[in-house]
Amino acid sequence: MNLNLTIIGQAIAFAIFVVFCMKYVWPPITGAMAERKKKIAEGLDAADRAERDLRLAQEKAADDMRESKEQAAAIIEQANKRANQIVEEAKDQARQEAERIKVSALSEIDQEVNRAKEELRAQVAVLAFAGAEKILEASVDQKAHAKLVDKLAAEL
Amino acid sequence: MASENPTSSEYISHHLSNLTFGNHPVNGWSFAGGEKAAEMGFWAINVDTMFFSILTGVFFLWLFKKVADNVVVGVPNNLQNFIEVVVEFVQDNVKSIFHHNNPTIAPLALTVFVWIFLMNLLKLIPVDFIPRIATELGIPYWKIVPTTDINATLGMSFSVFALIIYYSIKVKGIKGFAAELSLQPLGKFFIPFNLFLEIVNLLAKPVSLGLRLFGNMYAGEIIFILIALLPFWIQWVLSVPWAIFHILVIVLQAFIFMVLTIVYMAMAHDEHDH
Repeated sequence: MNLNLTIIGQAIAFAIFVVFCMKYVWPPITGAMAERKKKIAEGLDAADRAERDLRLAQEKAADDMRESKEQAAAIIEQANKRANQIVEEAKDQARQEAERIKVSALSEIDQEVNRAKEELRAQVAVLAFAGAEKILEASVDQKAHAKLVDKLAAEL
Repeated sequence: MASENPTSSEYISHHLSNLTFGNHPVNGWSFAGGEKAAEMGFWAINVDTMFFSILTGVFFLWLFKKVADNVVVGVPNNLQNFIEVVVEFVQDNVKSIFHHNNPTIAPLALTVFVWIFLMNLLKLIPVDFIPRIATELGIPYWKIVPTTDINATLGMSFSVFALIIYYSIKVKGIKGFAAELSLQPLGKFFIPFNLFLEIVNLLAKPVSLGLRLFGNMYAGEIIFILIALLPFWIQWVLSVPWAIFHILVIVLQAFIFMVLTIVYMAMAHDEHDH
């Protein structure tokens, strides 16, 4: 209970401990804490920013999606229209072609008929001559009666 | 007093005596305790107090230095986490009380808090353990808790007092400090009266600071010693609740010492309006 030199010894020890703490202990620990605080603040900031960016990107993506859907719909519609048009054109062409083929076939048939008639006419003349010869039992002067026979054939 | 069957009062006074080394008028340079230590006068030193206070102080600085050397900004390990909690606690207290720019105050507060806490903590070692071992080793006295020695607490509180004076003069100048001591609270016509009041006020700071810590720790120690006088099979009924209660006292006294140190430093830095 008696005051003695210990009081001074304790004061010296105290001073040394405080100086040591001030020089070697306090600065690194508080420095690291401050730096970590800063980093965490930055991290939270970055997270906020990232969230905002994400939201913007999502909105943009949704916009793009909608736009491309609209475009796709427009393209499909156009394509359908064009396809119908092509089909219609093809039908028209086919009809015209059919018409043309029909017309040419008819004209060919006409020609064939005419040619057959001509042939028939020629053969009728020959047959008439042969029949007349048989009937008359004599030869008919072809040159003399040719005019008559042609007239007959023309009447057929 | 290290006899085989001491009486109660011998036992108590033995446990409250420091091992003192000094020049005894009769025995010369020697170790002593109790009455003989008192006879050595001022030029003697309490070896046990110095030993344990330096041991705890070195442990504190070793532990914190170890963390400070391996400090990481990223995810801290458990030890660093714990140390940072302590440091942040002290830092918050300093920030809320001390509004000036002085890089010494926070480390000072940390040292005060942790060192006093560790010295107080020694008290939770049962009172007989270490003195008994010391007795077996032939050391007659060995008080382990430095804060139950008034020399230790006054040593610290007067160091704080020296800092109060130093910063008062550094911040306000000798004239400013003298004016603070002499011109309030009653103005310049009452200078002797003011001076008397202010000097008492100033001196009361370290004395109360040191005596508060000493008184709390010493009283607690006496209770532990009294409990230790009971038969060994019943001691735990009292010593366990008292020890649990003392966990609170230990932290609280360290905290009070720290906060008052910061407050006194803040007062030394405050400029008064004259």
